[in-house]
Amino acid sequence: MLRAKKRGWDDILLDIFVYTFLIALIIVTLYPFLNTFAISLNEGRDSIKGGIYLWPREFTTFNYESLLTDPQIFHAAGVSIARTVLTTVFGTFLTAMLAYVISRKDFVLRKFITFIYVLTMYVQGGLIPTYFLYQRLGLTNNFWVYVLPGLVAAFNLIIVRTYINGLPESLIESAKIDGASEFTIFLKIIMPLSKPVLATIAIFTAVYHWSAWWDVFLYNSSNPALSTLQYELMKVLASANSMSGSMQQALSNSAQAAQITPRAIRATMTIIVTVPIAVVYPFLQRYFVHGLTLGGVKE
Amino acid sequence: MKNTGDTFWQKLWKQKALVLMSLPFIIYVIIFKYVPLWGWLMAFQNYWPGNSFFEQTWVGLENFRLLLSDPVFFEVLRNTLAMSIIKLLSGMFFSIILALALNEVRFAKFKKITQTISYLPHFISWVVGANLVMNALSTDGGIVNDVLLSIGIIDSPIMFMGIPKLFWWIVGASHVWKTVGFGAILYLASIVSISPSLYEAAVIDGASRLQRIRYITLPALKPVIIILLIINVGRLMNMGFEQIYLLSNGRVIEYSRIFRIFELDYGLKMMRYSFATTAGIFRSLVSIVLVFSANQIAKMMGEERLI
Repeated sequence: MLRAKKRGWDDILLDIFVYTFLIALIIVTLYPFLNTFAISLNEGRDSIKGGIYLWPREFTTFNYESLLTDPQIFHAAGVSIARTVLTTVFGTFLTAMLAYVISRKDFVLRKFITFIYVLTMYVQGGLIPTYFLYQRLGLTNNFWVYVLPGLVAAFNLIIVRTYINGLPESLIESAKIDGASEFTIFLKIIMPLSKPVLATIAIFTAVYHWSAWWDVFLYNSSNPALSTLQYELMKVLASANSMSGSMQQALSNSAQAAQITPRAIRATMTIIVTVPIAVVYPFLQRYFVHGLTLGGVKE
Repeated sequence: MKNTGDTFWQKLWKQKALVLMSLPFIIYVIIFKYVPLWGWLMAFQNYWPGNSFFEQTWVGLENFRLLLSDPVFFEVLRNTLAMSIIKLLSGMFFSIILALALNEVRFAKFKKITQTISYLPHFISWVVGANLVMNALSTDGGIVNDVLLSIGIIDSPIMFMGIPKLFWWIVGASHVWKTVGFGAILYLASIVSISPSLYEAAVIDGASRLQRIRYITLPALKPVIIILLIINVGRLMNMGFEQIYLLSNGRVIEYSRIFRIFELDYGLKMMRYSFATTAGIFRSLVSIVLVFSANQIAKMMGEERLI
């Protein structure tokens, strides 16, 4: 209905540009993944010759077999899953609880609590003081440094509070008349009604913690038992980047077999780390646009 | 519900259930977010971890003087700002182009598939992202070298990651690759909210599609562009530390060392704690100044638009 009667030359040029741009974008976005996948399924020494694009030349599952049976990688995967699940479950629950409390307009400490949380988005203690604090709290060389500091993030808190504010207040009032305690109201009424927003922040949290390697590097790098998948991948990357002897040593530790090359390890690790994201991608898609618009509400 | 006659303490007692629920969170945020703020005092000391607070030597602004006279300081400042600005502008430019292009697609299915694919890089970590970038740029079968070789632009593979002058642009390009799809969402949302009657009127007046983009869509994006600029200008000193850290290597250090890498090297590796903290405070101060100036400039632009 909006189309002009006659297509002018600029109209046709525009279409050519739009579709060329979008198809180029699709190729540029997908190719690195597909190429890495092909390399991960190709014999390691053969890959060095180059020329592998979308399909393996000498097909093998050896790279996957050797990495997935490597005890260090296996353990790191366990740590990654543990930190992601724990932080997502507890973080989401606790964020929802505090969000409910500060959504109550009659609560005397509402403004104070909101303020001290929002301020943390702008003022931070910095690398060194935070490091010393964690050291003093016994959180260095400790699994819980992955979980505790990130349980309640100000940004997520505000998103959930904004959502709860939009729920009808009469629900809380009538539950109170029925004699429900604050905690029951939160658990039985607010939590079920906030499912969409809680799913959104749960997904944000899960993706963030699955991707994290920086806290491993800073606080737990001396203890291999606390390493995560992303950190293992980061170490392989760093060794490829600097090519120093000690790094190569670390590399041969993470995959003992001689016929597995650094390139093959990198490719295979990359795919192993990316697969969980691809699996939950349909959920990610559904909730994150929603979350983005919710975040916009507070501006 | 309102107990206007009560004093603060009476109200607090009445709401003891809520207080009880929030108390752990107050203690939590104080310990994890506010205790480290005391560390800022380290910038005015010659801090040594073995000493107690009262045994530290106070040096006034000496650390700030040292910082500003450090030979690498200006290099670090230049790298930090240059890469952030390249990333900010190129990221915005391509996200806007993508949003405009998607809006012109008439096949709903193609549009949806393209969007789905374009978000994907947003959800992978920079560890994976950096791996993919290095894979594409590698000298043994990396796609970029292969393409350049096959069309005859170069004769032998180039080691892109080892060329200092290229580093900023590799960072910029990989930033665009990772963020363009997700960044387009906000622009697309603004485009969708434009009243269709504007376009209908333009069609009646005989405006081409290109003219409609130029005179209706782009002006409608101006507010969201300005808001995003203000938000991001405040982050210029902090942008994309992980990405730069993971992509950098010893050969390109003069172009890759940004503030947070500088702080890490001086603080945790060289154990110059006070000096690194000073650099961190400097970074925060510049950020605050940037946010306020950007805000001020936007206000002025807003007034212009009103007149």
